[in-house]
Amino acid sequence: MTRHFENELRDLKFSLLAMAGQVEEMIALTQQTLQERSNAKAERVSQLDKSVDESELRLDQACIDLLALRAPFASDLRLIASTLKIVPELERIGDHCCNIARRALILNLQQPVLKGDYLQRLGGDTHSMVRRAVDAFVNGDAALARAVIKDDDQVDALYVQIYSELLRGMLADPLCIERSSHLIIVIKNWERIADQATNIAEEVLFILEGVNVKHRYLQDPPQA
Amino acid sequence: MTELDPDHTVAEPVSIPEPTVDGQKPDHPNLPPRMTDIPLTDASVLNAESILHVEEVNLWYGEKQALFDINLEVARHTVMALIGPSGCGKSTLLRCINRMNDLIGSVRIEGRIKVGQDDIYAPEVDVIELRKRMGMVFQKSNPFPKSIYENVAYGLRIQGIRERAVLDEAVERSLIASGLWDEVKDRLQESGLGLSGGQQQRLCIARALAIKPEVLLMDEPCSALDPLATSRIEELIFELKRDFTIVIVTHNMQQAARVSDFTAFFWMGKLIEVGLTEKLFTNPRVRMTEDYISGRFG
Repeated sequence: MTRHFENELRDLKFSLLAMAGQVEEMIALTQQTLQERSNAKAERVSQLDKSVDESELRLDQACIDLLALRAPFASDLRLIASTLKIVPELERIGDHCCNIARRALILNLQQPVLKGDYLQRLGGDTHSMVRRAVDAFVNGDAALARAVIKDDDQVDALYVQIYSELLRGMLADPLCIERSSHLIIVIKNWERIADQATNIAEEVLFILEGVNVKHRYLQDPPQA
Repeated sequence: MTELDPDHTVAEPVSIPEPTVDGQKPDHPNLPPRMTDIPLTDASVLNAESILHVEEVNLWYGEKQALFDINLEVARHTVMALIGPSGCGKSTLLRCINRMNDLIGSVRIEGRIKVGQDDIYAPEVDVIELRKRMGMVFQKSNPFPKSIYENVAYGLRIQGIRERAVLDEAVERSLIASGLWDEVKDRLQESGLGLSGGQQQRLCIARALAIKPEVLLMDEPCSALDPLATSRIEELIFELKRDFTIVIVTHNMQQAARVSDFTAFFWMGKLIEVGLTEKLFTNPRVRMTEDYISGRFG
């Protein structure tokens, strides 16, 4: 049975995917901005942010309209409620990309301070989490969503590692303090993006299974 | 946190303590409970004892079986909504509960339906006595061609009650309970047929309440009413469950979601899923329930 509402839900999903696609492009450009020291790509990141913001407004309205006009139940309701929560996560990811790109513009004027492929790995792992969270949404893949949630620990560990590296560098050579402090903000933004990918994966699980996996420690209190 | 009574509302503005250093607001005894503290369903609903027990009920209209192995418990002072597509057996079950199917010759019923401890299909049961314990409200309001007063007093009169004071008290009490008193108290002797559709339905509810039933059975009570009259009846259902137990058949899923504590979904004479309304409408366990409540059926 095809329903008008079915089409509206499909449109909603497509719009959310289009927004996610823009955000993923921003992430890729942000990685390139750092790797290639490209100011042009940093510029492109902030241009894309405007269109992501517009998508947020459009999707918010679409969700409210569907809730009001279709009074959905069950998985339809969970899809719309979760979309309302995924959209701001995506929008925040866009903002973090802008933050990183802004710092990159400053860093691009100076000598690199971090040795090795730390930054590429952090950007790459984070990008992979966002991509897989979106894939889990598209394909209704609960196992993939769970894997994304698990991977957040890896990104956190990498963040802590880079942070200590930068701290060591600053102690050894005060001349790199300014550059390093910009980099600390960069890595903090990557780490936040990974958190947001985790939130999206949690929403995907809610859509698929109707279970809220957030704040597990509140839901499964330790046995006394 | 202090224990709050169910009707607790915060009457006076409370001073909200300043956030602490880590940005968390500390719990404050005067603060309203946090969202996680307030389940939509009152805990008393979950612990309430059952008043109506449907056990292994099978029903045939002639050769055709219309109900299959139905088991259902309805807790005291709760609202149970029966939903499902036309012909799924929900109205048939409702009619079983006050033995209205007895009026159809070809009906055969197996299983037990108990109100409290009493099996209503036991041979010694007096059907008239039984129906005093059940109020029934139908889809189409059906006031008698009598005055408003006589409509409400009818059930008591056929019980042989004649004392004016008793009748007056019952009429007033029932009309107040059905939310109609203020609208009709100055014209109790006028015909019940002169009321609007929504008022007529509330008159029928008052008539059902007059005999102080234990269970109120409602068969699509709002399907012929406009949204305003519907919302009055829904509010009324909410009020009435304090004193009565309500089983309501409705085709309107939003209505089931709004008024009921528990929802039972029927399909082709079978009870597919029953559960807390908030759970059933956000995360049903059975695929068929999901498809039905989200309009994907068929």
